[in-house]
Amino acid sequence: MNALSGFTLIRRWLRNLVPVTTTFLFVLVGQLPLPLPTLSDVAPAFALISLYYWAVFRPDLMPYAAVFGLGIVQDAVAGAPFGMYALVYLLVQALVLNQRRFIAGKPFWVFWSAFALVAPIATFAAWILASLARGTFLAPETTLVALVMTIILFPVVAWLLVHAQRRFIGMVEA
Amino acid sequence: MAKRNARVSVAGLAVPVRVWAQRFAFLGFVALSFALMLLSKAESSGIERMRLAIVDAVSPILFVLSQPVQAVGQAADSVENLFVVYEENRQLRDENARLVQWVQEARRLGVENATLRAQLEYVPDKRSQFVTARVVADTGGAFFHSLLINAGSRQFIRRGQAVIWQGGLIGRVAEVGERTSRVLLLTDINSRIPVVVESTGDRAIVRGDNSSRPVLQFLPGNSPISPGDRIVTSGHGGVYPPGLVVGAVAQASDTDITVQPFVDWSRLNQAVILDYGVDGILPAPEQVPVAPARRTLGTGQ
Repeated sequence: MNALSGFTLIRRWLRNLVPVTTTFLFVLVGQLPLPLPTLSDVAPAFALISLYYWAVFRPDLMPYAAVFGLGIVQDAVAGAPFGMYALVYLLVQALVLNQRRFIAGKPFWVFWSAFALVAPIATFAAWILASLARGTFLAPETTLVALVMTIILFPVVAWLLVHAQRRFIGMVEA
Repeated sequence: MAKRNARVSVAGLAVPVRVWAQRFAFLGFVALSFALMLLSKAESSGIERMRLAIVDAVSPILFVLSQPVQAVGQAADSVENLFVVYEENRQLRDENARLVQWVQEARRLGVENATLRAQLEYVPDKRSQFVTARVVADTGGAFFHSLLINAGSRQFIRRGQAVIWQGGLIGRVAEVGERTSRVLLLTDINSRIPVVVESTGDRAIVRGDNSSRPVLQFLPGNSPISPGDRIVTSGHGGVYPPGLVVGAVAQASDTDITVQPFVDWSRLNQAVILDYGVDGILPAPEQVPVAPARRTLGTGQ
C-alpha cells in the first residue's frame, strides 16, 4: 500500500516535470549545428514556443524559478551575457500569465495569433538586451527572419507539445 | 469562536499571499537577471566559471541530440552526391592529374629547402600540434557567433588557440571548460584578426560584423586589392599563427572591402584546434604532457 502510493507520488512528480523538461530540450535543440548554410542564423526559437505553450496550458508546472533556470541554460550555451535570455523568458511568462484568460480554452487560431504577438515582443527585448550588451546596434534582418520562422513553425512544435501533454499530464488543474 | 474566525481569515489570505509570493518571485528573478547581466558585462570570473559548468553539464546531451541532425545532413549529402558523382569524378581526375605534378614540384622544393636551410643554419618554426573535436552547438543567431566543441582543458585546449577546419580559419578558443570549449567565430562582432594580403604582403585587420562576410580594415591606402585576393593570418599580436587562410576578398570598393571566409559553414561539424605555442605563457610543448589524441601536423592530416 505504502510502496504503491510512493510509486504514484514519484510518477506524478515525474509527470509534473514534463513542461520544464520539454522546454529544456527545446532550448538545446535550438542550439544544434544545422547542416544547411546560414540556417543556424535564422533558427526558430523553439524554446520560446514551448515556454509559451506551457505558460498557457500548465502555468502551475512552470514556476518563475524554472523559467529563470531555463533562461540561464540558454545564456550559457548561446554565449549570451548571463541573465539575458532569463530576463526575456521571465517577461514572456509574466506577459502570458497576465493575458492567459484571453488565450486558454479558445480556438487554435487565437492561441497562434496571441503567440504572433508575444514572439515579436520577446525578440525585440532580446535584440535590445543583446545590443546593449555588445555596445552596438546589431543588424536586425536575420533576427526578423528567425522571428517569422518561429511563428510559421509554431503549429509543429505546439502539435508535439499537445501530444506530450495528452500522453503524460492532462489538462490544467488550477 | 475566535478559533473559527482565525481559520476563515487564514483561508481567505491564502490566495493573496500566493499572488504576492508569485509577484515577489518574478521581481526577485528579474532583479537577479539584471545583476547577472551587469556582472557578465564586467567579465567576472565567477560568471565565466558558472557558464562553463553549465556548458560542461549539458554538452553530453547536446552531443546526443546532434547525432540525428547530423545523420539527416549526411543522408541529404549522400543523395545529393548520387546526382553529381559523374561530374565530380571527372573534376577529381583532372585535379588529381594536376596535383601529381604539384607533388613532384613539392618534393623537389622540399629537398632544395632542406639543403638551403642546412647551409644557413636556419632555426625551424615550432611544429604545431592539434586536437580534432566535434561541434556540439552552433549558437548562431544574429547576436552571438560562436560554436561549442566537445574538447576542453582535459584535451589540453587553451584559451586563444586558433581553430581551423579543412584548411580555413574558423576563429579562436574564447572559453575553456573541462570537456567543452567555446570558439569565437571570425564573423562575430568581437573578432579582430591581424592578416596580410597574400599577393602584396600588405597588413590589415579582418573585423567581424555578425554578417557572413567580415570586413577588411586598416589596409594601406595605396594597396592594390581586387576580388579573389587571398587573405591569410599575419601572426602579429601573437594570437593566430602566421599563414592560416582566412578567406578571399569578396568585394572591394573605395569604402568597404569584404572577405568571404574560406570555411564552408554548412559542413562545419568538426573543428581542428591548433597549438602553435604562440601565447608564451606555458612551457615549451615537449614539457607539456601529451595526450593520446594529439598528433603532430603532417602525420594525421
